[in-house]
Formats: sequence, structure tokens, C-alpha cells
Amino acid sequence: MSSNNKEGPHTEVADKPKKSRTKSEKKNAPDLSRRQFIKGAGIAGVAASAGALLADRVVEALPRPQTGGGAGGVLGPGEVPVTLKINGKLQHLNLEPRVTLLDALRNHLDLTGAKKVCDRATCGACTVHIDGRAVYSCTTLAIDAEGRDITTIEGLEPSGGLHPMSQAFWDNDAQQCGFCTPGFVMACAAYIEHEPNPTREGLEESLGGNLCRCGTYMGIKQAVLDAAMATKKKGAVA
Amino acid sequence: MADYHWPPADHRALIGKRIKRIDGPQKSSGRAKYSYDINRPGMLWGKMATSDHAHAKITKIDTSDAEKMPGVKGVVIIVPEGQEVLWVGQEIVAVAADSEERAEEAADAIKIEYAPLPYLVADADPQTAGSQYSKQLEQHVTGNPDQGFQQADVTSEGHYGVPVITHCCLESHGQVTEWNGDNLTVWESTQNVSGMAGEYTGGLAEQGIKIPANNIHVIMQHVGGGFGSKFAADTWGIACAQLAKKTGRPVKMMLERDQELMVAGCRPSMHARVKVGAKRDGTLVAWDSESWGTGGVNDAGTPTFPYVFQVPNARTKHTAILTNIGPARSWRAPDHPQMALISNGAMEDLAAKLNMDPLDFMLKNMNIVQPERVKTYQDEFTIASNLIDWKSKWHPRGQGGSGPVRRGLGLSLHTWGGRGNLSNCQVVIHPDGSVETNIGSQDLGTGTRTVINIVTAETLGLPLDAVKVNLGDNKYPPAGASGGSTTVSGVSTSTRMAATGALNELLAKVAPSLGVSADQLEAWNGKIQVKGDPLKSITWKQACAKLGTASITGTGRTNNALMSSGVGGVQMSEVEVDVETGVVRMVKHVAVQDCGLIIDVKTAESQVLGACIMGVCYALYEEKIMDQPTGRCLNPNMEFYKLAGIGDIGDIVVHMMTGPGYDERGTIGLGEPPVISPGAAISNAVANAIGVRVPELPLTPDRVLAALGKAGKEGGMA
Repeated sequence: MSSNNKEGPHTEVADKPKKSRTKSEKKNAPDLSRRQFIKGAGIAGVAASAGALLADRVVEALPRPQTGGGAGGVLGPGEVPVTLKINGKLQHLNLEPRVTLLDALRNHLDLTGAKKVCDRATCGACTVHIDGRAVYSCTTLAIDAEGRDITTIEGLEPSGGLHPMSQAFWDNDAQQCGFCTPGFVMACAAYIEHEPNPTREGLEESLGGNLCRCGTYMGIKQAVLDAAMATKKKGAVA
Repeated sequence: MADYHWPPADHRALIGKRIKRIDGPQKSSGRAKYSYDINRPGMLWGKMATSDHAHAKITKIDTSDAEKMPGVKGVVIIVPEGQEVLWVGQEIVAVAADSEERAEEAADAIKIEYAPLPYLVADADPQTAGSQYSKQLEQHVTGNPDQGFQQADVTSEGHYGVPVITHCCLESHGQVTEWNGDNLTVWESTQNVSGMAGEYTGGLAEQGIKIPANNIHVIMQHVGGGFGSKFAADTWGIACAQLAKKTGRPVKMMLERDQELMVAGCRPSMHARVKVGAKRDGTLVAWDSESWGTGGVNDAGTPTFPYVFQVPNARTKHTAILTNIGPARSWRAPDHPQMALISNGAMEDLAAKLNMDPLDFMLKNMNIVQPERVKTYQDEFTIASNLIDWKSKWHPRGQGGSGPVRRGLGLSLHTWGGRGNLSNCQVVIHPDGSVETNIGSQDLGTGTRTVINIVTAETLGLPLDAVKVNLGDNKYPPAGASGGSTTVSGVSTSTRMAATGALNELLAKVAPSLGVSADQLEAWNGKIQVKGDPLKSITWKQACAKLGTASITGTGRTNNALMSSGVGGVQMSEVEVDVETGVVRMVKHVAVQDCGLIIDVKTAESQVLGACIMGVCYALYEEKIMDQPTGRCLNPNMEFYKLAGIGDIGDIVVHMMTGPGYDERGTIGLGEPPVISPGAAISNAVANAIGVRVPELPLTPDRVLAALGKAGKEGGMA
């Protein structure tokens, strides 16, 4: 089984009744809140196994600077001011603390490159970078991303052209319907940032946190190797 | 009169080359806008309250609490009190609110009371299901099966099956709807842009809202997967349009992931008990199968057995099991992957019993496949066996090594139609030399835009970027829905015809200035030139300038002279199986496929690669698990509804059949055929590796170990 290079910061928020728990999750674990769910990182609430093993997934708790909010650092349940630094720009929003980073991006800022697919830190379609690391934005609360450097696919290539990873995805036809593609590009870009000399075995292990339904993995494998090579060459010239 | 043909192989600038998809940069940079990504000013969010019961009568619906909640703007009842719901997750009430979170909370606050009724969700055989839930379909007899089995020297009996799987589109089903007076705009996630207005006209009429199809504007630039599940407006589309009408605001309503897996995708299961007989030399003589499967509350049709091989004596019987699991939707090559698994699995078992190499067995029986496919299969088997090194790697069943990890090879073959759907196309040449192609089709990620672009540019002798392709909008000429591998022929033949028509008009304008008749001219390499004489030419721009102020429009529709139907493909698989843990690992998978004239080799190969990976998913991982005591789906999430990851697929090699014998057939669809064989090839490879058949897909560790354990108890090998 593959692991992945994702993490999801989280913090305490007022126990306002859930957001986004599916009916099946509610049935199986009626007292589970969104906060608890995020802590459980996708394993809670499912009674039966599909005969498969859980991926070894790292969901890291990151401390959050106290920025006021309610008593004892508890925020909400109403809207609170949140300032997010996204693609180098400060964005001032009023969000309920339960709003995920993904929903903040998509529903409040019209940054729709990150996709909502599993909504449970499984498929990686929502991948963004926080402080240079690949993170599932569907299971990261927006308020937890305050004070951090958030990069979305829209800001991956500041020049406005094609990032070497996006270019390599195009060259290798590592995309069909394209719905998983932005998340995959973000995960792959973060991966070669940390591993400038990727191998097939290494990338298969490290990119297991993203899923594609159309079946573009062969192209993605080559794209990662090509982009790493292109990035190194670029670095050598510079 | 225009003569429609594809350019000969030595006179093609673009067709048959490896061309990158034209919308690739939009997709890989996140700029591509899907229906899910549409945000409209003042837009509301729709969410639905759904059934908790697999079968029940709704006795009471109370929306009063929900309607009082902050931000809630409207409620629509989909299934009223007194009516029945037939599966868990069926939509009952839709609600719109000013944020996604509030809409969800409101949907949860809707109180629904039920009077439960009996149900079946288990994937049961006809005996277990009982007559109440079974519908026996027509029985077919060919030749004399009893006599056939008497003639057989060897017979093999086995059980084979595939459970229900779901489509699991990454972009869930749904849409954004917006009214402007009497006009409705729909941004739909669909495989059916041109047909969608009719869907809404019909669905809204049932709800008392009259709107003619010509008042409905359907837009969809990109779709995040369909695979056969996105042809209709569905109840959520109609409810969304009702909510938008009621509230006077745009509404976005996309299915949640669990809804997507529970109700918006279902490939019917298929199981069978098979008896098949052959002569000592491998000649197939008799087949007998009793099959069954479920595709929800309706019967999902009758499969055709045996698959590909027309065995002279055959008896087949199929029973539909009617269950409360949510409705079947066509899934990429409907019925074929299931039929291939059952039939080609039974053939492999028979070959093993005959002590024959299954490749020799298949080749031995080429006289009973469709005559026009014989040479294709023979050539494909030769190429595939070279690519996987079959001759040196294949071993008799069960001789896959003595350690815990055993190796095995398996194969399968398949067929599909793929004739083009009815599509219309318009090619416009503007006086400034720019060109646009308009067609009401859709690009599911198969490369439809790219194919249209290639055909237009090739026909007009232009580079790709001289042409703008417009699709995904029902205001363009109507094109068929994208299902059944019908799109590539529908759009490329209609485009070829439209572009040829427009070009001929241009040539007629230009001919006098070159002093020849129009039929002596051709468009090539950015010029209009006298055929074969590039020196007597004018540039494309100069030619178009002769149009003055009037653009030229050529129209075309699907053209039989440019396309064909009927393909064959073979696949071979190499696997490793750990007999201690039961884990199956893909080593290598080879797919050899024909599809007539290939417009773009690069995207065609991607289709086949993707189909193979989808095949690995359903062979090893996918199953919609239903729980009879509660009537619920137990894995409506992507953690436990498993898909293959990037490390699970091994190496995949694709070979496309091209050139003489294939090109002259014209275009044929490709999307479905390569997804048919992986399940059978992988299952056969596992049987070859471990010496026993694992009867049911997916080939999960528990199933592999159970098959090994059973064989051990019965004194078998392993």
C-alpha cells in the first residue's frame, strides 16, 4: 500500500453541529462532529472494510496561533474574520469556523482549481500547498490556514505560463477528464520539490494519496520524471 | 458534388500523428471550468434529504423546521407523502440556502417518516432471492447442447462472477440552473449536451412547469467523468431547476460523494454457473450457462453467451434479480466486461483441463468467431504474446513457482461496435483566414476537441492553432450523446464533411485567380495550391481575403462513407500472487486494439491505457458492498470503495493496430472495447499463478485465500 506526502493541520472549533458528514457516517456514528471527524482522518464511521488495507496516512496536528476568537480560544459558531494569504495575496473573509479551506477557496474566492471529490482526505483532488507542503484542503479548516502561505494551482506558476509540472502533464497526456489533474499536479510539484531525483518506485510510493478515475497514472509517472529533469536543467542554467 | 474520403496515408499532415490534447494546458493548470466550478452572482446551494430505507412508503414529510433556518430560501418535494422510495439514498426533498453549509444543515433538519416495506439488497442467486425478486428472461438454445456435450472429450464446470460496481465519477452528478424570465440556463455535468434541453423540458413538464426546449441553454465546457452514467437530467436536475424558479436565484446542486456512490452509478452484477465442452484437440463443441445478476429494481437486459465464440451447441438462461440498490446506469461497454470474465474464464479453465496453452486454445477456435474479426484477433494475439513474452513465460496452471509469491499469465479477447452517432457540424471560414468549428458535442476527456481540431485543420491544410473548436453548448449544431464509443466517428465524419464543404466554396472563389478549375486545387501546408504544384499557389490568408466581408459556412453530418463498426482486441496480463497473504500484484498488462483509422494516436493510446487501469480497478478492488440487514451501502466513500492508486498498476503496454487493413475502414469508436478484457485476463493470470480459479471479482486477498483453502481441502494444488 502506498503512503503519501500529505498532512492536514487542524485546531479546536466550537462544536457546532457537523458540516459535511454524509448520511452513512451519521448513521454509523451519530455523535461524530466534523472536528472529530477531521481528527479521525477518514477512518471513523465506516463499519465494514472493503477487503482493503488503509493507506498509511500522515495527518499532522499543527499548533495554531491564538488570534482571539471566543473564550479559551474557541471560535464560532458564527462567522469570524479570517485572513488567508493565498498565492501571495492577503484575502480577508468572514467565515464560519467550520468552513474548510477547500470551501473557502471554491465558494468564497472562486478559486476552483482545487476540486471537491471525496471530501475526506482520500483522493487528493483538493491538494494545495501550505508552507510548501502538499495538504488536503478538504480536511483543513480555513481558520487553521491563517498566517500560513497557501498556494493553489492558480498560483503555482506566478509567471502565468505553464509550470514545468503542468507542462509535463500536458506533454505526457497525464490527464483525461482532468478533474483529478490540478490536485495531482500540486502533489507532484510538492513531491519533486522535496525529492529532486525521483524514481519510479519512489513516486509510486509517495503519490499514493491521489486518485484518478480515468486511468492516467502511466502518463503521470512519466510527467513527474520529466518535470524533475526539466526543473533541474532550468536550475543548472540559472 | 463533394467527394468525402479520408486523405491517403502519404498525404496526411495531422491525422494519425501523436498530437497533444488541445485543452491540456487548461486542465493541467486548473483553469478548465467544470459545471461544479460555476459560481453565479447570488447563487444558492441545493442539498437533498434522502431515503433512510431500502423500500418504504413515505408517511410524513415535515419541512417546517428546515424552512425556518437562517439562509434557507426554498424547498421542493421530490417524492411526496404516500409514495414509495425504492432504495437508500433516493432523493425525497431538495432545499436551497445561501451557503453550502446552511443548505446541508437544512436538508438534515427535514423530518421524514416511513412505513418500511420488504426489500432485497443482497446480490443473491435466483434460488436465494426467490420468485418475488427474480425475473427469468428468455432462454436461448443453439444447435443441440445435450448432443454437443456427448461429443465433448473434456468438459469443465465452474462458477464466475462480478459484483455491482459504481461509476465513481470524480465530478459528482449535478448542475447549476438559472432562470432569466422564461429562459433557463443549465450548466450540467453531462455526456449529453445536445439532448439535455429535452430532458429538462420533459422533466419540468411533469412538475407543472412548461418550458420549450428552445428556451433552454445548456453549457458544459468540461466534465469530470461520466463513463455512461451522465445522460439524463435526473431528479436532482429537475429539482434544482424548480428551486431556482421558486427562489428566483441561480442554484448549484451537486451530489455529495456518498450519494454519488449510492445512487448515481451502478454497473449490474453478473454471475454464472457454466459448463463448457471441447474435443481433445481443443475444438469447442458445447456450452451451457445459467447466469443471473442485479442492476437494481429493473431488469438490466440479457447477456450474450458464450462471448465472442459462437459455439455450435449452446444453452443459455439468464435471470434478473430485482433489488433495492439504486438504478443501473450504463457503464463503459455495458455487460461486456462481465460476459468476458465469465466466458473467457470458463474457456481458460477448459484449456487448463485439456492441458492446452490458452493461447493455442483460442487460436484453435478462430473458426467460430465473427469471420471479419479472425485476422485481427490472430494478428493481435501474435503482437500481444511478443510484447508480454508469452511463449517463454507461460507455464501450465499452478506451476508458478514454489515460494510464497507465484507468477502467472492470462489472456482475454473482446469485441465492440462503435459506429458513429448522429452529429451535425458547422465549419466557418472567415475573411481574415480564421476558422471555427461548431458542434454541440462534448469532450469527456477522450480528446473530442482535439479530434475535431485535427480533422478541420487537416481538411483545410492549416496548423492546429488556426482553428477554434467550439463545443459543449446546445446552441451549436446538435450532436449525439457520448456513449457506446460513438463520438469520435460522429464528430470526425461530420467535421470532415463540413470542412470539405466550406473548403470547396473557398476553392471556387480562388480558382479564377490561379487560372484553373476548382477541382484542380487543394489546401495544403497553409496554402491553396494547384494539386501537386506548390509553386502555383496563394496563401490561405490571401485566399480568404477574396471572400470580401462574407464568411463561408460548411455544414456536415455523420457520414457512413467515412466510418465503420466492429472491432476486436486482445489483452494479456502478468501477475504475482502471494499465496500466504492472498495479495495480487500487477506486473505487466498488454493491450492490443484496433479502431479503424486513428485520428490522434496519442489520445487513442490514453483511452486504452485508461481502460486497462479502470480494468485493474474492477479486477482487484471495486465492489459496492450492500448490507441486507440494514439495506444500506457500506462503502459509499472513496476510502472503502477502492480504486487503484498509482503504485497498483504495474507496467502497461498498448499497441494500436494501424495501417493497411485498418485505416481504410474509416473511424470506429474506441472508448469501451479496451475496458472489457482486463477482468478476464487478470483473473485468468491469477488462476494460472496459483492453480485454482478465484470465482468472483474483485480478486481481493480474502477471496484468493478462500479459493486456495477450498482447493486445499479438496486435495487440489497450492
